[in-house]
Amino acid sequence: MLARRVIPCLDVANGRVVKGTKFVDLTDEGDPAELAERYAREGADEIVFLDITAAPEGRGTMLEVVRRTASRAFVPLTVGGGVRTVTEMRDVLRAGADKVSFNTAAVADPDLLTDCARKFGSQAVVCAIDARRLPAAAGNAAEMAPPAWEVVTHGGRQATELEAVAWAVRTVELGAGELLVTSMDRDGTRSGFDTELLRAISSRVRVPVIASGGAAGPGDFVAAVRDGGADAVLAASIFHRRMHSIAAVKAAMAAAGLPVRITEEAGS
Amino acid sequence: MSGSRLRVAVLDYGAANMVSMSQALVSAGADAVVAAGPSDLSGVDALVVPGVGAAAPAMVHLRERGLVEPLLEWVRAGKPCLGICLGYQLFFDASDEGDAGDAPTLGLLAGRTVALEDAPTLPHIGWNSVEAVKPHPLFEGIADGSYFYFVHSFVPVPADKSVVVARTTHGRPFVSAVASGSLYGLQFHPEKSAAAGHRLLVNFLGLVAGGAA
Repeated sequence: MLARRVIPCLDVANGRVVKGTKFVDLTDEGDPAELAERYAREGADEIVFLDITAAPEGRGTMLEVVRRTASRAFVPLTVGGGVRTVTEMRDVLRAGADKVSFNTAAVADPDLLTDCARKFGSQAVVCAIDARRLPAAAGNAAEMAPPAWEVVTHGGRQATELEAVAWAVRTVELGAGELLVTSMDRDGTRSGFDTELLRAISSRVRVPVIASGGAAGPGDFVAAVRDGGADAVLAASIFHRRMHSIAAVKAAMAAAGLPVRITEEAGS
Repeated sequence: MSGSRLRVAVLDYGAANMVSMSQALVSAGADAVVAAGPSDLSGVDALVVPGVGAAAPAMVHLRERGLVEPLLEWVRAGKPCLGICLGYQLFFDASDEGDAGDAPTLGLLAGRTVALEDAPTLPHIGWNSVEAVKPHPLFEGIADGSYFYFVHSFVPVPADKSVVVARTTHGRPFVSAVASGSLYGLQFHPEKSAAAGHRLLVNFLGLVAGGAA
């Protein structure tokens, strides 16, 4: 039976793992390859690197990071941020990544998903969707209406005209083989995943959905899968700050009857 | 053996993930050689055919690099060869994953590669349990039902059931590992499957060393 995945996400800038709020006050948290290896040892089912390097000239360092990681952490590796062309995706894959995640670039140029899927297969193309809940219109009838979300880009700073569920369905038609769905309302708030958003999307697509944004504790991971229909759950700060171990999250998921990969080395 | 490390050639035919495959082999105790042409196969002890992607373009790349005939000769000579994911699928007669829905492949094993049926999610991405159909040295020391990493939408259906070593279920059960003489095929990625994958590659190298002795 297919296990539900637990995925730590690392923000990488200029070849180093950084931590910060809204891209400011970044602090150096160490070497990405070393941290990825540690997470893999602790039971991470996959690692996501999010390249938040601001300057284009810093991009080359990401390839080096991927190369070093692929030579020591033998789990799947996804790289997001900064890839805008088929050639750039090829470079990232050839450095040792398994998948590339597109966000702003996919909104700007949806054909990019198709071109990359045709070249490397859908399984290597992840579409990251940052969604923000639209305010409900006033009135009794509106309160009964189902919630809706809009797609935002540039780390939430820019709104688009796209409705999130429709965009999700379209990206899959275009060639995305997996969706990384982040609730911008919950991101960084530690108030739990937006399971309504996850369910709205996972019920409409056949590809796996990765839940992101809002994890506070193991119970949230269970809810993302059980209530949101997520196939995998991604989190950053709760792992980095060692509030919860990957093993503890998986133990909670297993206790809730969800299939997870328990590793011998994980311990706790 | 004589104490020296085995040399394993990883066929490079385009977009395949060469870095992880080579590094995983090194970590399992071999010297990995990236083989982009026939001349790179001299002096190697085993071949690995990696691969993620579609069958039709993969066959085109293999042909362009002059690797098809050397690969066929290698396997027909009974030398050890391990196919992973798409590489495993290419061992069979043909694949439905072509531009016109029919791509002829290497024909080393009888059977056809078809789309996964009744899968709850597609592509089949993630860690799934691999269940033994019969004991095989490739899985020595690995608990039955261990999780390995999969990423694919198609799967071969071997005509000869005697080659089937393991099965996995995603919707319906499918064949996730085969062995026929010194030809081994895996639908999952040992190079991405942490400790279980490492052990499997060590076991493969053990089979290569045993056969060469």
